[in-house]
Amino acid sequence: MTAPPATPSASSAASSPVVTLDRVTRTFGDVVALDDVSLDLHAGQLVGMLGPNGAGKSTLLSLVAGLRRPTSGTVRLMGRDPRDPVARIGLGTTPQETGLPATLRVREVIDFVAGHFPDPMPTAEVMDMFGLGDLARRQTGSLSGGQKRRLAVALSIVGRPRVVLLDEPTTGLDVDARRVLWDAVQAYHAGGAAIVVTSHYLEEIEALAQRVVVVDGGRILADDDLASVLSRVGSRTVRFRLADAAAIADAGVLALLEHAEREGDRWTVVTPEADDLVRSLVAADVPFTGLDVRGATLEEAFVAMTSPAATNPVTTTNGRSAR
Amino acid sequence: MTTSTERPTTAALTPRPGWRLALTHTKFQILETVRIPIALVGNLVFPALALLFFVVPQREVADNPVFATAAVAQLGMFSVMSVAMFTHGVGVAEDRALPFDTFVRALPAGAMPRLMGRILTGLCLTALALVPLVLVGWLLTSATLPLGRLAASVGVVLLVAIPFTLLGLSIGYWLSSKAAIAIVQVVLFPLAFAGGLFMPPEVFPPWMNSISLALPSRAGRDLLVWVTSGQQLPASTIPVFLGWTLVFAVMAVLAYRGDEGRRYR
Repeated sequence: MTAPPATPSASSAASSPVVTLDRVTRTFGDVVALDDVSLDLHAGQLVGMLGPNGAGKSTLLSLVAGLRRPTSGTVRLMGRDPRDPVARIGLGTTPQETGLPATLRVREVIDFVAGHFPDPMPTAEVMDMFGLGDLARRQTGSLSGGQKRRLAVALSIVGRPRVVLLDEPTTGLDVDARRVLWDAVQAYHAGGAAIVVTSHYLEEIEALAQRVVVVDGGRILADDDLASVLSRVGSRTVRFRLADAAAIADAGVLALLEHAEREGDRWTVVTPEADDLVRSLVAADVPFTGLDVRGATLEEAFVAMTSPAATNPVTTTNGRSAR
Repeated sequence: MTTSTERPTTAALTPRPGWRLALTHTKFQILETVRIPIALVGNLVFPALALLFFVVPQREVADNPVFATAAVAQLGMFSVMSVAMFTHGVGVAEDRALPFDTFVRALPAGAMPRLMGRILTGLCLTALALVPLVLVGWLLTSATLPLGRLAASVGVVLLVAIPFTLLGLSIGYWLSSKAAIAIVQVVLFPLAFAGGLFMPPEVFPPWMNSISLALPSRAGRDLLVWVTSGQQLPASTIPVFLGWTLVFAVMAVLAYRGDEGRRYR
């Protein structure tokens, strides 16, 4: 019912990519926002892009949307420069929640965006898909946060684009509202579109993505299928107190603590091998106190990934090596 | 649709015609403008009120067809000027501050349809502003506009809107919305007064008249008075008008490029 132009969702790697970044660098003054990034996106892929604030996610998306030029390297959207409006017929993006024109009605905003595309979905169909039917005549300024998000995502697909960029589509929404949006995104993806979702939430990436790209410091740290990346960010934070480092004699424990951070007697280790660490601390009879083991936040997991401990090369399923 | 799988990059990339996109943007902008009626009212009724309160009671002006027509023409010039500077100056600056502007830039339309939409919106508002003014002039004064001059007058209104549209765009792309509001207000009234839009330049002392003759508002006023009432056109009017148009065009292009450079390099 809501299919974008047909493209094969299986064997997508065989088709030419809908988005290509080839050795793209983008700087803002002295700040390197993207550092020699290469990435291909094929029809039918649902890619989650993870990374802390300032990692370069938004810069990457703005290059694909033709809002900025790369400092060096090339960006292609539907085989063209995304700054060419024709290329952007294949692109759908979302406005920020706060960025909807407050005095316009829901239907008017959808009509306005649909008017840019050669073969848009009927406005009524889009409104039904996102549960906006009853709100058609409401001014967007009077919508709730969740309703605005739904409208924003609806605007990204009303033109039946082949590529959809969703920049943090559900930030600030409760779980139920999130699921409604995820269902709609998956329904659209089922028609063969390529979708990129950025998020702070690991949960969101888990729910949606098949392929995960982890970005930090302007580089791609990992580009792999969901399960592999999840195992890599499955790190835990182990904290304990230990005044005398010399109390650790066991070589195996020392190796596990190699990248520990110390602040006085407080030790913090972010590691995917928390179980091994605790077991060996106990086995070696290390006199620690105040042991605390918690799931690492995404930020901590990213730091762990960038640290030398995580330098084992990341193999990708997408034909390019991550940098 | 089903055979396009081999080359998904070209099959569906048929752009909409530019005029359709321009109309889409015009509709959007007009809707946005009319939803905040107070912004409209000031622009639209001020010239008509000025005519009503300052010209209609002075019967020696109001009953003289040439003077009355000139009075309507110069207030018409004020309409053109204020609509152009508010919709383009303040409107563009406000739009640039909105996150929705970034979203619109990612839609498949170039800069031209958006600009055309903006200019068409400005012209619609100008036309709307001229209606009450012309009605007051027609009903309550001896101002006349023979049918033969009507078409030419509409043409000249469009013509004199050009430099002020360009000036408005320069302000809008150069400044933040707060600065743009201040500048438009600071520039608009002195320019209107010195250009003879509130008082006929015949009452100016000679030194002021020579300054006035060098202003774009005066050039526009003289062109409108000339086409509606047939008064003589000063020799300096056309070069002054073309000169300012060129200056404002260069400013608008520089401001637009500068804005692209700051935000979208």
